[in-house]
Amino acid sequence: MAQQLTATNDFVIKFANVNGSGSASANELFARAILRMGVPVSPRNIFPSNIQGLPTWYEVRVSEAGYLGRRGGLDMIVAMNPETWQRDLAEVAPGGYLFYDSTRPLPPEMFRDDLTSIGVPLTEICNATYSDPRQRQLFKNIIYVGALSALMDIDPAVIEALFSEQFKGKEALIDKNVAALNLGRDWVQKNLDPDICKLKVAPADAVGDRIFMEGNAASALGCVYGGATVCAWYPITPSSSVAEAFESYCRKFRKEPESGKSKYAVIQSEDELASIGMVIGAGWNGARAFTSTSGPGVSLMTEFIGLAYFAEIPAVIVNVQRGGPSTGMPTRTQQADILSCAYASNGDTKHVLLFPEDPRECFDHSAAALDLADRLQTPVFVMSDLDIGMNRRLCAPLEWDDSRKLDRGKVMTADELEAGREFGRYLDVDGDGIPYRTLPGTHPSRGAFFTRGTTKNRYARYSEEGADYIENMERLVRKFDTAKSQVPQPVLRRAEADTRYGVLYFGSTAPSMDEALDRLGNEGLHVNAMRLRAFPFPDSVAEFIAAHDRVFLVEQNRDGQMRMLLCNELEIDPARLVPVLHYDGTPITARFIHGAIRDRLAQYQVVPLERAVS
Amino acid sequence: MTYITKPKLHHPSLKRNAVGFTRRDYEGQVSTLCAGCGHDSISASIVQSCYEMAIEPHRVAKLSGIGCSSKTPTYFLGASHGFNTVHGRMPSVLTGAHLANRELIYMGVSGDGDSASIGLGQFAHVMRRGVNMVYIVMNNGVYGLTKGQFSATADKGSVAKKGAVNNDAGIDLASMAILMGASFVARSFSGDKAQLVPLIKAAMSHPGAAILDVISPCVAFNNHKGSTRSYDYVRHHNEALNRLDVITGSAPITAEYEPGAMVEVEQPNGTTLRLRKISADYDPSDKAAALAHIQEQDNVGEIATGLLYLASGRQDLHANLDTVETPLNRLGEADLCPGSAALEAINKGLR
Ligand SMILES: Cc1ncc(C[n+]2csc(CCOP(=O)(O)OP(=O)(O)O)c2C)c(N)n1
Ligand code: SF4
Ligand SMILES: [Mg+2]
Repeated sequence: MAQQLTATNDFVIKFANVNGSGSASANELFARAILRMGVPVSPRNIFPSNIQGLPTWYEVRVSEAGYLGRRGGLDMIVAMNPETWQRDLAEVAPGGYLFYDSTRPLPPEMFRDDLTSIGVPLTEICNATYSDPRQRQLFKNIIYVGALSALMDIDPAVIEALFSEQFKGKEALIDKNVAALNLGRDWVQKNLDPDICKLKVAPADAVGDRIFMEGNAASALGCVYGGATVCAWYPITPSSSVAEAFESYCRKFRKEPESGKSKYAVIQSEDELASIGMVIGAGWNGARAFTSTSGPGVSLMTEFIGLAYFAEIPAVIVNVQRGGPSTGMPTRTQQADILSCAYASNGDTKHVLLFPEDPRECFDHSAAALDLADRLQTPVFVMSDLDIGMNRRLCAPLEWDDSRKLDRGKVMTADELEAGREFGRYLDVDGDGIPYRTLPGTHPSRGAFFTRGTTKNRYARYSEEGADYIENMERLVRKFDTAKSQVPQPVLRRAEADTRYGVLYFGSTAPSMDEALDRLGNEGLHVNAMRLRAFPFPDSVAEFIAAHDRVFLVEQNRDGQMRMLLCNELEIDPARLVPVLHYDGTPITARFIHGAIRDRLAQYQVVPLERAVS
Repeated sequence: MTYITKPKLHHPSLKRNAVGFTRRDYEGQVSTLCAGCGHDSISASIVQSCYEMAIEPHRVAKLSGIGCSSKTPTYFLGASHGFNTVHGRMPSVLTGAHLANRELIYMGVSGDGDSASIGLGQFAHVMRRGVNMVYIVMNNGVYGLTKGQFSATADKGSVAKKGAVNNDAGIDLASMAILMGASFVARSFSGDKAQLVPLIKAAMSHPGAAILDVISPCVAFNNHKGSTRSYDYVRHHNEALNRLDVITGSAPITAEYEPGAMVEVEQPNGTTLRLRKISADYDPSDKAAALAHIQEQDNVGEIATGLLYLASGRQDLHANLDTVETPLNRLGEADLCPGSAALEAINKGLR
């Protein structure tokens, strides 16, 4: 028998369930309870493209050190799905644990000698207590949470407090849930050695004031705070909950008190062609508007995105990326729409992309995107992904400065027109490439213009003149240059010692990257790191690359799309950018990044610092 | 292509309407369409309607798709903002624009290729949403701008200029609009101003999704013998249903029409549509009868024109969404941003 895994506040547990069995809320309860004990957790839903019946998993990493990336490997499996039993079991590290329903005796081949098997007769306990099949199903989940809490020393009072919050005002429900929880706890305490499980949770103080939120809800809230009034969307995993959350936040915050009328409009459109069309129509007419979608939706939107680029209309697209191409891996995560978004549409186009690392940045970037779109009069993408979008993630609390104004950009007013100020819709008056616009209906006789996707001159008149075309296209490049200083700037993390090696990363890779950097640093392998937060790339990105002999580029796609974009836009020698690519649809892990960079550095014969000194 | 700017000098004798504009003020740039194109006649009818209705030009937003027809917004209402969007997807842009500012008058202009082929989906959905607009299809049965291919409204059996025969069933946009939930559905002919102008006015005063399917011969590609969208064909097969005038609350406009039975239809916004029935028993409020009538006429090779269907009591998109009276594009921070205290409460709930 392998040595039993022993850990306090540092392990990975995975729940294997059947989709639609009501396990999701019980599993989240488990994660929240640990969080309430002051120990950081990062849960991840691993779910099929299915509503009921297929396997689904919920993986919880418990890490007092605060590592929120996926760790890789598994210390305990809660095996509630016979169908995936064998593969679930195979994933557990030697010395790990199998938690299962022992109501019926199982043949020996269903177990592993090197694991500790913890059987609790869940079905038997359930059937003895409940007669209604739905209750049996739901409370079975709570009973296993109870059993686990007893095994791992999770404070039951914390769970009871969570029940009281969740079912506030429904005392009967609270009592029922507490009773189910205790059924599991009592059985374990009566029948098992308290030390059978050596994975324990102990109270700590490592959570602080952080919040536990899904990126999609945060993006939605960012759109509310950023002043979006129109949301047009078409359902697609993993982005649907952005629009749904926007609508529910609006119901709370955007009703006119006297009349109950809505200060927002949400349209579930007929397809993504229509959703982006509505966003563009609203943006043209001066309302802040956004859509949320995922890869296939962006593909459909591209012609319109080109129109918004060329006709210079604000639009915000929250792209919650999933595995592509085509329908790809609809319920798995990737960062594989970088190029399709950066250059979306025919002709020479470039679009502003923002890369949030967690829900806090989903909030910040979504609000910022609405300002940027108005200021730059162009489409702006918020490039979230399934990993941060659909999982609750611990992150800094959301903040808002009440003195902040919605920056509507260069909109010429009726008074300015009346005063005789010159208006040319595509006239660059101050060299930043951004022209003034007017909104329809502004002035009875001045400032009207015709918006079109065809070539035009500075005064928005149709033109097929090459010179007019080039002037316009060059101004658009100038405008894109202006964007460099307005987008969120990259974040630099310097290694403890000087190094010729650097690493670039972005988006949901951040927590795993942080952990990998710690590990490399502990091993004396020093790498400077820069987290990209936007395209176009501010000058500091080129400077960072120039300052290192080799720069690793960590991304979650097959082709190294960010690397291509950097090479193309900054004219960087591809040999200097070393791809570190992970794209099987699971979130990238610190183990993977650490291993890949360590092996590469060994190839370059980098001697770890401590060893060189000793 | 060159543009001859029209002299904007107002001749003192030009008559001004109630809001002080002359007919000139409703014109746009010089058309670059083929001489004799039906679309130009429709533009002229739009100019006349807006002038006569005394609409301030800047209160109108005109949106179109792509095609010869969709170019026309450049040729009328030069003082209005316009938006030439992408092929077949003007309806979504118009919907978004309307959501942003409910106070303007929205005019969508499209072609039969634009609306019945590439844009059939958006056409259907903008009708069922009840977007308050006038949607004009300049229907010539061909793709004019791409030089004469059949469009989806071309009748089965019609013959193209180069001799090809259309074997596919034609889509009737008027029936389709009725089925999809449009509340004002009319058909007319570009060459029949006397019928078209009142219909445009009625559509503009209708507070909901109003569509005008206007047959508009393409003199370059679809005005030959064998075409069912030619001037001659339409003149001979046009069965006009009713003549109407519009009475807006403030300025009644009446016109002389041949005598006949008359019905007055009160609209939800207080305007009255006065229908002079030619076909004495035609009742435009009966949806099933309207569909049947279009079909019956089609069976005998006739095109039913006039106000085919008028629904009462249907709500428009803003009413359905229950949006505030103030246009959304005018709401500021105080209305839109819940502020830091609310955010702190949200943070609290997420710990
Ligand atoms: C996505 C896309 N596909 C094809 C075209 C080419 N195109 C331009 S206009 C047109 C047909 C227009 O026909 P219709 O709407 O009937 O207008 P008409 O010219 O007859 O008035 C086509 C196919 C285009 N502009 N965009
Ligand atoms: S091609 Fe046909 S539709 Fe186009 S402008 Fe000429 S006549 Fe009109
Ligand atoms: Mg046509």
